[in-house]
Formats: sequence, structure tokens, C-alpha cells
Amino acid sequence: MIDPFGSLVAPFVEFGFMRRALAGCLALSVSAPPVGVFLTLRRMSLMSDAMSHAILPGAAAGFLVAGLSLPAMTLGGLVAGLAVALLAGAATRATVVREDANLAAFYLISLAAGVLLVSLRGSQIDLMHFLFGSVLALDDPALWLLGGISTLTLVALAVIYRPLVMECVDPLFLRTVSRSGGPVHLAFLALVVINLVGGFQALGTLLAVGLMLLPAVAARFWTRDLGGLIPVSILVAALASVTGLSLSYQFDLPSGPAIVLAAGVLYLASMLVGPRGGLLRRLVRGRHLEA
Amino acid sequence: MSTGQPSPDPIRLVGLTLGYDRHPAIHHLDGSVRAGDLLALVGPNGAGKSTLLKGIVGEIPCLDGRIERSGDLAYMPQADEIDRSFPVSVADLAGMGLWRRGGAWRSLGRQRRRIEAALAAVGLDGFEARPIGTLSGGQFRRALFARLILQDCSVILLDEPFTGIDARTVDDLLALIRIWHGEGRTVVAALHDLAQVRAHFPTTLLLARTPIAWGPTARVLTSENLARARNLSEAWDEEAPVCAGPRGGVAHDHGAHDHGARDHGAHGHHHHEDAA
Repeated sequence: MIDPFGSLVAPFVEFGFMRRALAGCLALSVSAPPVGVFLTLRRMSLMSDAMSHAILPGAAAGFLVAGLSLPAMTLGGLVAGLAVALLAGAATRATVVREDANLAAFYLISLAAGVLLVSLRGSQIDLMHFLFGSVLALDDPALWLLGGISTLTLVALAVIYRPLVMECVDPLFLRTVSRSGGPVHLAFLALVVINLVGGFQALGTLLAVGLMLLPAVAARFWTRDLGGLIPVSILVAALASVTGLSLSYQFDLPSGPAIVLAAGVLYLASMLVGPRGGLLRRLVRGRHLEA
Repeated sequence: MSTGQPSPDPIRLVGLTLGYDRHPAIHHLDGSVRAGDLLALVGPNGAGKSTLLKGIVGEIPCLDGRIERSGDLAYMPQADEIDRSFPVSVADLAGMGLWRRGGAWRSLGRQRRRIEAALAAVGLDGFEARPIGTLSGGQFRRALFARLILQDCSVILLDEPFTGIDARTVDDLLALIRIWHGEGRTVVAALHDLAQVRAHFPTTLLLARTPIAWGPTARVLTSENLARARNLSEAWDEEAPVCAGPRGGVAHDHGAHDHGARDHGAHGHHHHEDAA
């Protein structure tokens, strides 16, 4: 511990599996936080939590069919997550029940079905794999998947950025000038799902939400406009990935929780010292301005 | 249809019934809004003014009859769904009006001038970079008018645009509406201030669920008509029987009687002058 920076970097220099883990987490750090920024701004933070539960049974079903196979579990998770998102969205448009209520209903159905599936076959140890992830055992296909998800997310966000922002700010106005509101909303939900599926590879289903939301919330204490929130949230996520992985190696901690806890510490620190509404700023408020 | 009129009526209502859950809020309304009209929608609360505007925009489906629209249309709702805490600037909000020009991808860099000019036209010069959450109610309304300017539509629908706005802002925005009228745009506004309507709006539709009168403002806003409108029952009758009136699509010909309105020249109106 003589050289803190060296000890931070050393595990990545020494071990290939640590480099792979870092590459996977950084790929996720680029794509999940921007999605999280939009989720928090739309007051849909808890929606991603519900979605992560909805993915679990799909992945479990894939696991039951094909064993510990990446394509099967990914596909299962994608199908379950997209099905829940689409059904909740469709039910919201067709009935009087609001989207959050529909989402809760469908993810509960999905979760119960998944638990039923897992109880039919499968062991406790296998379950641990997708609850807590396997970031230290990322193989080539898993890295390709994470990189692909990251690329797809950034391209898709760039394509739908303007109507997505309009849909967030003034959905009624977007409806009067364009029909893109519905498709854009669904595309955004799909991005949430594929990023949660990606996060489930690295961090496990239960913690996948962490890398999506914590950096996004932390970023709100540093900048006020949308153009700043996205890069800041990516930086926070990348920092959390590096420190979390490094600490998990040095102190022999499970890596998934370590990364999320690192993001959590960054969030708490931002809340304390962030210039936009941080707690310290409130204590040492300057005198009011003239105009 | 009047003869010699180059542009068709931008909004035609045919046996229109609009409402919620089968209960009509607008009942059997026929008539046309003419190109270039400056029309006030007047009536007590619950008369169906907002419902009519929502129907014209397509926010709610027709229970019966139909609405024929031609031309592009801008709409400012009474209760907007705008998330004012969302971190976008005033220029971003106004710039949304350029959607038809810019779509999802085209750069708005070169439109910066137009956005600045529109904000200046509503008295918001220098507000471009301000977050929308920091605007006062009147400033926010001005920003929405700037968006209407940038939308550059031939028909503009305003639902109670002056509610909760101070007199100076109202005057500025009324001047803007007069400019639109002068440019030949069609403006329909739901309003409550009768003096304002008499002063600035040549034609009026007085609604009380059913149309009470539609025509030149002075002839519509008579004390008898207003009294009839006030007597409207706002009751929502759960046991209301199915309406036995004519189904929509029936050809309504109310004769092209001329109101002799000075503002409209010699062409005839399809408006109800005394519907019931």
C-alpha cells in the first residue's frame, strides 16, 4: 500500500482475467448510465428494478433448457424482459391502469413463473451464478456480447435522442407533431432490457440495476443539463468499475457487489460535495444575488 | 362551400359528438372554421371547449360524426404535460417547434437564428440558455408561444392561453395573435374573458355542450345567449338514455346564410347562428 495508484492498477497489469473483467465493466459503464439518466429523469428509477426481476425467470428458463450457456440465458432474459415491457406498455395504452402498476403486475407474474421453473430443476449453486454474476470469468462470447450491447445502445440513443427528449419533456406535443412517440418509448424500454441483460452477465441480475442508476443519480449533483449528465454518469460508472474490481481483488471480495458499492460510495460522496444541490453547498450558502 | 374561396375550410365539423365514456361533452356540432378566422370558443366550465380542441387535434376519438381537417395545425393545451424539471433550455423547448423542418436528426445549428428571433418576438431575448424550470408562469407561456411561432402552422388552436397570466403578458401575446391573424392564419382560442373576446375576436362560438350560437361576436355574445349557456347542466347522468338524435355523417345543410360580418367579406357561413 505504498503506492495507492500502483496497487489500483497492478491487478489489471498482472492478470488477464482482471483485464477481461475491466473491459466488460467499462463496456457496460458506457451504455448503462445514459439509459439510467433518462430513467431517473422520467421518474422511472424503480422501473429498472422491476425489469431486472422480470429478466431473472427468462434467464432461469434458458438455464434450465441449455445449462450454463450464455446464448440461451441471454436470449431467455431478453425475451422475458421485452415481453414484460411490451405487455405492460400495451396494457397501459389500452386500459386505464398506469404504466407502473401494469409493470408491477407483469413482473410479478414473470417472477413467480420463473421461481416455479427453477424449483422444477436446478440447484442452489447455479442460482448464485446469475444472482451475483461472473465478472471474473468473462469469456470471449460474453465480452463480445457486452461490447455489442454497448455499441447498439449508443447508436440507438443517438438515433432516438431528439424524440426521446421530447417524449420526456412534452409527450403531448410530440403526439401532435409526430407518431414517433410510441415507437421511441418502446425502443427505450428495449434499451433498458438489453442493458440489464448485459449487466446480468457482469454483475448478476440483482445488481445490474446498480451500474445503471447509481452513476446517473450521482451525476445530478455535478451538472444541471442533459448534455452534461450523460458524460458525467459514464465517468462515475467507469471509476466505480475500476475501483470496485481492484478492491475486490485486493481484499478478496465478490466483485459484483464491490463494483456497485463503489458506485454507491461515489453517489454518497457526490451528494455530499456535489456543486448542484450537494449537502455541503447547502450549509455554506452564499449571500443572495442582486438579480 | 362558398364560391371563389381558394383554400378549403381548415376545420369542418360534421354531426360531431365528442365525450368521455359514451357521455357527450360536445353534442351534435356542425359547422366550419374558415381559413383566416380568428375564432373565440366561449362557454362555462364543462361546456366542452377543451374537449372540442382535443377532438380537433385527435387527442380523443369522436363518439359520433367526424372532423375534417386540412393543413398543418399547432395546438397549445390548457393543462400541458410538460415536465418542467427536465433539464432542457428555453431554446430547446422553443426549438421543438422546428420538428417538421428538422425531424429527429437534422441539425438545428443553422436554425439558431430563427429560435432567437422567435424568443425575441415573445420578449424572451437572452433567455435561450435558461433551464425551463427557472421560468415564471408568464415567461413559460411566452416560451410556448415562441414554439408556436416556430411551428409556423396555418391553423393554431389555443386552450385558455391567458389563464393565470398578468395583463402585460396577455397584451403582448394578444398582439402576437393579431399578427398571426394578419398573416392569414386561422386561430381558435378557448377563452373566458368576454371583454377580451369582444375586443379582439371577430367571431365566436358559444358552447354549452350543445352549440348555443356561432357567428360574429357581437351577435353571439348577447345576454339571452349567455343566459342560455349558463343554464347548462353539468350533471353526468349515469342513467342517461342512448341519444336518439341523428347519427353522424348525415348531410347537414344549414344553408349558406350570410352573417354580413364585416371581417369576413361577402362569403357565406356554414356556421350555426342559432343551433339547438
